[in-house]
Amino acid sequence: MKISESWLRTYVNPAISTEELVAQITMAGLEVDAVEPVAAQFSGVVVGEVLETEQHPDADKLRVCKVNVGEAEPLQIVCGAANVRAGLKIPASVIGAVLPGDFKIKKSKLRGVESFGMLCSAKELGLVAEAEGLMELPADAPVGTDIREYLQLDDNSIEVDLTPNRADCLSVEGVAREVAVLNQMALNIAVIEPVAVTHSEKLTVTVDAAHACPRYLGRLISGVNNKAQTPLWMQERLRRSGLRSLSPLVDVTNYVLLELGQPLHVFDAAKLAGGITVRYATNGETLELLNNQTIMFDEKSLVIADDESALAFAGVMGGNYSAVHEETTKVFLECAFFTPLAIAGKARQFGLHTDSSHRFERGVDFELQNRAIERASQLILDICGGQAGEITDVTTQAELPKREPILLRQEKLNKILGIPFENEIVTSILQRLGMHVTAQADGWKITPPSFRFDIAIEADLIEEIARIYGYNNLPNNQILVRSALNQATENVLDLDRVKDLLVDCGYQEAITYSFVDEALQKAIAPSAEFIRLQNPISADLAVMRTTLWGGLLTAALHNTNRQQTRVRLFESGLRFVQKDGETLQEKMLAGLALGNVATEQWSEKERAVDFYDVKADVEAMFALTGYSVQFVAVSHETLHPGQSAKILTETGEIVGWLGMLHPTLEQQLGFETPVFLFELSQDLLLQKQRASFKSLSKFPSVRRDLALLVKEDVNAGDIIGAIQSCSEPLLQDTVIFDVYRGKGVEDGYKSVALSLVLQNQAQTLTDTEIDAIVSTFLETLTQKTGAKLRD
Amino acid sequence: MSANLEALTAQALDALAATTDLTSLDAIRVQYLGKKGIFTAQMKELGALPPEERRDAGQVINQVKDAFQEKLDAKKIELEQAALAARLASERIDVTLAGRGQKVGGLHPVTTTLRRINKIFASVGFQVVEGPEIEDDYHNFEALNIPAHHPARAMHDTFYFDVHRVLRTHTSPVQIRVMESEQPPLKVIAPGRVYRCDSDITHTPMFHQVEGFLVDTDVSFADLKGVVYEFLRAFFEKDIQVRFRPSYFPFTEPSAEVDIECVMCGGEGCRVCSHTGWLEVMGCGMIHPEVFKAVKIDSEKYSGFAFGMGVERLAMLRYGINDLRLFFENDLKFLQQFN
Repeated sequence: MKISESWLRTYVNPAISTEELVAQITMAGLEVDAVEPVAAQFSGVVVGEVLETEQHPDADKLRVCKVNVGEAEPLQIVCGAANVRAGLKIPASVIGAVLPGDFKIKKSKLRGVESFGMLCSAKELGLVAEAEGLMELPADAPVGTDIREYLQLDDNSIEVDLTPNRADCLSVEGVAREVAVLNQMALNIAVIEPVAVTHSEKLTVTVDAAHACPRYLGRLISGVNNKAQTPLWMQERLRRSGLRSLSPLVDVTNYVLLELGQPLHVFDAAKLAGGITVRYATNGETLELLNNQTIMFDEKSLVIADDESALAFAGVMGGNYSAVHEETTKVFLECAFFTPLAIAGKARQFGLHTDSSHRFERGVDFELQNRAIERASQLILDICGGQAGEITDVTTQAELPKREPILLRQEKLNKILGIPFENEIVTSILQRLGMHVTAQADGWKITPPSFRFDIAIEADLIEEIARIYGYNNLPNNQILVRSALNQATENVLDLDRVKDLLVDCGYQEAITYSFVDEALQKAIAPSAEFIRLQNPISADLAVMRTTLWGGLLTAALHNTNRQQTRVRLFESGLRFVQKDGETLQEKMLAGLALGNVATEQWSEKERAVDFYDVKADVEAMFALTGYSVQFVAVSHETLHPGQSAKILTETGEIVGWLGMLHPTLEQQLGFETPVFLFELSQDLLLQKQRASFKSLSKFPSVRRDLALLVKEDVNAGDIIGAIQSCSEPLLQDTVIFDVYRGKGVEDGYKSVALSLVLQNQAQTLTDTEIDAIVSTFLETLTQKTGAKLRD
Repeated sequence: MSANLEALTAQALDALAATTDLTSLDAIRVQYLGKKGIFTAQMKELGALPPEERRDAGQVINQVKDAFQEKLDAKKIELEQAALAARLASERIDVTLAGRGQKVGGLHPVTTTLRRINKIFASVGFQVVEGPEIEDDYHNFEALNIPAHHPARAMHDTFYFDVHRVLRTHTSPVQIRVMESEQPPLKVIAPGRVYRCDSDITHTPMFHQVEGFLVDTDVSFADLKGVVYEFLRAFFEKDIQVRFRPSYFPFTEPSAEVDIECVMCGGEGCRVCSHTGWLEVMGCGMIHPEVFKAVKIDSEKYSGFAFGMGVERLAMLRYGINDLRLFFENDLKFLQQFN
């Protein structure tokens, strides 16, 4: 909300600067977002009167004017504005004037005719962004007066960003009330006298929804002239609050809304059929609103209707049909109190947000309606003339909000705020805030005023006291916390440790959005069921990821498109998997590598990263856990069928996948080199086995190497598996240290060199023992993998 | 000394002087001092001398022999040193060339910032708890005293899946989840991703928050101020100005926004702080009695405070990052600056 500082200061004028005022209300919870001068810097502009105009001899659109600027002789000024005419009062800049943008007015010649100044539009004075023609001043504007002084332009627009609880400050009077409290000053509220009732015509008002509309006031005003000019002072105050002047009738309702915080509405009485009814809409009932939007109501929407149809969306916006226009001569002025809950969310339901709905859903002072309707009536009569009728007042007392007394306990106050408060301070603060205070033995009984909708419980009162006392005047305690000792479990590996490992392996951590492009999601995980956002920010962020690979691939492309030829990324986060109608949110850790295995350097030959490089990184992570995992050759829809491995725990649970991005996807997504990916379940990856000591053998270990001939489709895992299946207790380690194809090995076969390390705890192994063990291994190998010992 | 011995000595010294390597030096040692060496042979010839001369002559030969041994040893050291020097010279490399192998990567600045926040709070016994990102309406709003049509919902720009499920708009639902299942005293921080349906220069649809709360008997607003104040000083490693400004959150009462003196301009006023000299860094307050009611904690017995902060915001201020969107582009040139 924007308000004029000078307007505010008519209510309460503390002897503090604009800066201090802004800081003061900000620190009281009325955060000021911006302070802007109401006009740009300019000088040398005075009220001028056009005495006569003549056609310019050489230019169709220019006129040569004689302008009285309050000096002995009128000035000759050439002007191109369409609305220039004799008798008009306008802002005139004279020689030596400086307009906004450091534009200096000098004597000049326009198409050969001398001009001694310039007649100005509101735009040229920096008052508005757009304007047509000269700014027309009232006929009584004193010629020769400096325009800054005449329009009181040395003023600021203060933009206050109010939190939803402070509906009471959604008006100039409301902010002023707060300023008065903070400065311990009195508030000058203009007394609003009822206008004289000069006719007896009334509309019947029926309130069918008293719970939603506990108070409805209305009156007919006839004989109004809506073609009248809204007075400049009112136009200026509206402008300084960010509102445009539309017509005097609408301007008055907007003005009272700004002044008092009460939304009002004027209906063109000529358009009304019969009486006014406040009722819930019928399901499917439609209304064309002032903004030309036609909405269809449900039966929870409140409308203002006549005997035939809905006229206005109650508390939100009026309808087009019954709106006032230039020819309107008779109006029905409405001023109501709608219950916040009856209005809350209603505007938003139709994508609307109005000054009126903003106030009603937060809470308008329910004692304000009489003052507001009289104020608006007075302004309408002053500006548009006319005769006011009697006010029809339909108030259902029982439905008006209640202001029940709240008990504030001194002990609780002191305990929550952390310091003792004296009675005088508490009483003074609360009374200044308009609350009714009664002292009690253990504290105070407090009744909040009708304009406060945010004071319902003790905690609310405690906040008010803290707020006015000053949050920064309360102490900063050093806390002494009761604390149990932290656990230091060894059953779970810290994710941070794994992340650090990946960092040490050259990976850069990425953070990508949890929602991805639907097309990408479908491309990389065609069989995964995903969950869709109802209201995505854009199509490329519309569905929840079922794998972290989507984001990593997008991030990798972002980099390869920017001359990066080597990318290593990892990310940890949730994936969202649909299973049996439920959405599982699973913590994952995923990685990606492409380009060279190492950064370019002088001593080693360049080599592209391959499956085994990334597998080493994955194995390193599992090495931290103390558990072994199994890599099983299984194809995966995202991965190259010949280069993908499913990773299983010792108990056979799927930890995740590792492999090369399928070449079709690689090409489709726009990669120019192979991409390697892994994705692991954090829950399974981070299971850790506590170390357990085994005594060291005093006897030497023995190594035997075997060269095995196996068919191509026998995997290393099969060979190691076969040896492990022997459960030989003396076997300490087995490593495949060479895989050979070519000369000496038949096509379709490969030679696998294997080392076996054997050791006994109790004695040195004899050749006989070793030979027996090795021959058992060989038998098993032959049986399970068809391996033969190479000659 | 016999003329013969003198000649032999001279001959031996010449040979020694001419030697340039350890192999020939060893040959000389064998030739003169070995079991069958020339000086050893001289000793054997002593037997031919009259017994009264033997002792003196023997002494002379020993002296010559010892003197030669000494010179030979010295020569050996000299040659060994020369050999070592030659080897060292030949093995010289360019130590300014880059090392071989993998370069280390780095953590995302959001993670680095989260780790620091966690560490600061862990030092006084706060526990880190995580929660789901797809939340139900109850935990994200209702239990936090934000009923269906509350105007505060408009401040949240929520992503919906259906009537009941949303992407959490803040980490505060973790507060509810913890209080539902555990009894005070509680000291928890809850870091994580949050989502708002908003995207422009200063908003991304996803960002990170850390929620923190403490519930115990006798927790006051002054305690909250102290914790926030000390945290901010620890985080920025600076004795910065901190101010508390009344604000509004449905789940705290009293509520406050926390401003720090602008870390870019030191409070002088600059573009980053919109020339106010202050930067808004977090929201906080005393946990609302309605929230305690929702989780069945007795607000007469216990009180507590909660605070929430935007991690990207803190990271931007800490590292001088000027564009929020950079956090999620994952450009290596950005990420590597924080390694």
